[in-house]
Amino acid sequence: MAKSRRDFLGMVFGGFAAAGGLAALYAMKRTWDPLPSVMAAGFTTVDLSPMKPGEFRTVTWRGKPIFILRKDKTDLKICKDQDVQINGEDFLVRIGLCTHLGCIPAWQPDRKIFKCACHGGEFDACGTNIFGPPPRPFDIPPFKIEGTKLVIGEEGPEYKKLVGKA
Amino acid sequence: MAQFTKANSLYEWLDQRLALSKLWKVLAAEYWIPKNINFLWAMGVVLVTMFTILVISGIFLLMYYKPDTKLAFDSVNYTIMQEVWFGWLWRHMHAVAASVVFLVIYIHMFTGIYYASYKRGREMIWISGMLLFVTFSAEAFSGYMLPWGQMSYWAAQVITNLFGGIPFIGDDLVVWIRGNFYVSDPTLTRFFMLHVFLLPLVIMMLIGLHFYTLRIPHVNNQDGEEIDFDAEAEKYKAGLKKESKVIPFWPVFLSKDFFVLGIFMIFYFFLVFYHYDFAMDPINFDPANPMKTPPHIYPEWYFLWSYEVLRGFFFDVGPLSAMDIGLIAFGIANVIFFFIPWLDRSPVVAPAHKRGAFFYWFWALLIDMIILTIWGKLPPTGINAWIGFFASITFLLLLLVILPKITKKEAQRAGGAV
Repeated sequence: MAKSRRDFLGMVFGGFAAAGGLAALYAMKRTWDPLPSVMAAGFTTVDLSPMKPGEFRTVTWRGKPIFILRKDKTDLKICKDQDVQINGEDFLVRIGLCTHLGCIPAWQPDRKIFKCACHGGEFDACGTNIFGPPPRPFDIPPFKIEGTKLVIGEEGPEYKKLVGKA
Repeated sequence: MAQFTKANSLYEWLDQRLALSKLWKVLAAEYWIPKNINFLWAMGVVLVTMFTILVISGIFLLMYYKPDTKLAFDSVNYTIMQEVWFGWLWRHMHAVAASVVFLVIYIHMFTGIYYASYKRGREMIWISGMLLFVTFSAEAFSGYMLPWGQMSYWAAQVITNLFGGIPFIGDDLVVWIRGNFYVSDPTLTRFFMLHVFLLPLVIMMLIGLHFYTLRIPHVNNQDGEEIDFDAEAEKYKAGLKKESKVIPFWPVFLSKDFFVLGIFMIFYFFLVFYHYDFAMDPINFDPANPMKTPPHIYPEWYFLWSYEVLRGFFFDVGPLSAMDIGLIAFGIANVIFFFIPWLDRSPVVAPAHKRGAFFYWFWALLIDMIILTIWGKLPPTGINAWIGFFASITFLLLLLVILPKITKKEAQRAGGAV
């Protein structure tokens, strides 16, 4: 009798301690989460109309470089189902981070490739990995087209079509 | 109830209350070390000294360092280096000690492997030592981030990105660790916390554990001889110091240790005053820039071997991408040394030169790790990529296949005890 009462007290104590421990762990996990201000980081809007054929630009979105390359009226490879068409002009729009370990590859216009200095990965003008450790092509940032402007951070119909969601 | 009589001195007064003489006997004056050892047995005390130097120099750096992305770079390179009196000394002592401590850790580890000091009751010594190695690595990585230069930034970027390779939760985990979508202010401040508080605390507790694990099995000796420590200690205490196979930790063992330590400290301060630049990468004197990767990035020398294993696999094999193979190999490389006591299938405790094939295996492993270290710093193109690939494969084969094989044969020769 006394023994089972002790067991009960032990279980109550253990249960309380476990609940408190879990709550503390949850609070610790949440404390390490990105802050709301970080999560709500805004959108990046770029006007593409001033870009000339063959021009390469990098813009910033959520601390990441976004590669924009105008490819029409040049001898750069055009990949219809992977590029973004705005007003009949053809652009490559990609997150400019090597899909291996996140270094920023450099655009080499003479070789028409993106070359990553960290581990030697290479991507072609369609953003496809063609050499080295990168496991997949460059990622596509969520975007929306508004006239000649590109809004990065919002999923528009053109984006959904590009990643095969629609 | 203890009896307290009037004490005749402060020491006696404390001794009555804290049993200081007994504590000293247990910890030092009657803690027995074999006589049959060499200078390589002094590395433990060298490491304790290096860690102490890191803590003390760190305390002084901490008084002026600012863990904020806007202030960090200048607080190191301007305030500490140019304004604070002897700030340069603390920084160079801290940086050089952080680098040299790994050299001594590797010597300490390879001494343990050479003399088979990880088996026959010494497994916990080895495991606690490996835990120290892993924690020191995390401490070095978090500290390297703090000056917030280009190398700090991109090392942080690459290393935190490694967690993205974990299935399912990888991408979210990376953002969680960084506290942002990219390495930025919250990342710096939380790694600062890890570097100056949590990890040093863990290291101190692990050092305590590492010493504790030595208690029962005692330190190994040059011939792997099994010593009856109680009997030999009795001989020593009876005055038969010459006949006894052991010496007390204090003062006999430490007096020799201090000599080795003295030589080492000359080497250390020579580096601090004349060659501190080897621990200071020039690229890290450019402030961190998230939009520009330096043309060639590499970790500090002590991580190069595992870094080379990570990037050694540069082509896909079937469904496995090059990156996944590299990550798996890197994961194995980082934990494989924990399992040495079990990968070595032989019960023989002897120095490598008395263990036949094991001797060649030991030097093959050491040379392979030196090759990985050298090629880890070279750009991974052309022939270099292939050398890195073969050295990485060799590393995995040596530990996972060849070591169990040759030690199993040794066990059979020794009488099939295992």
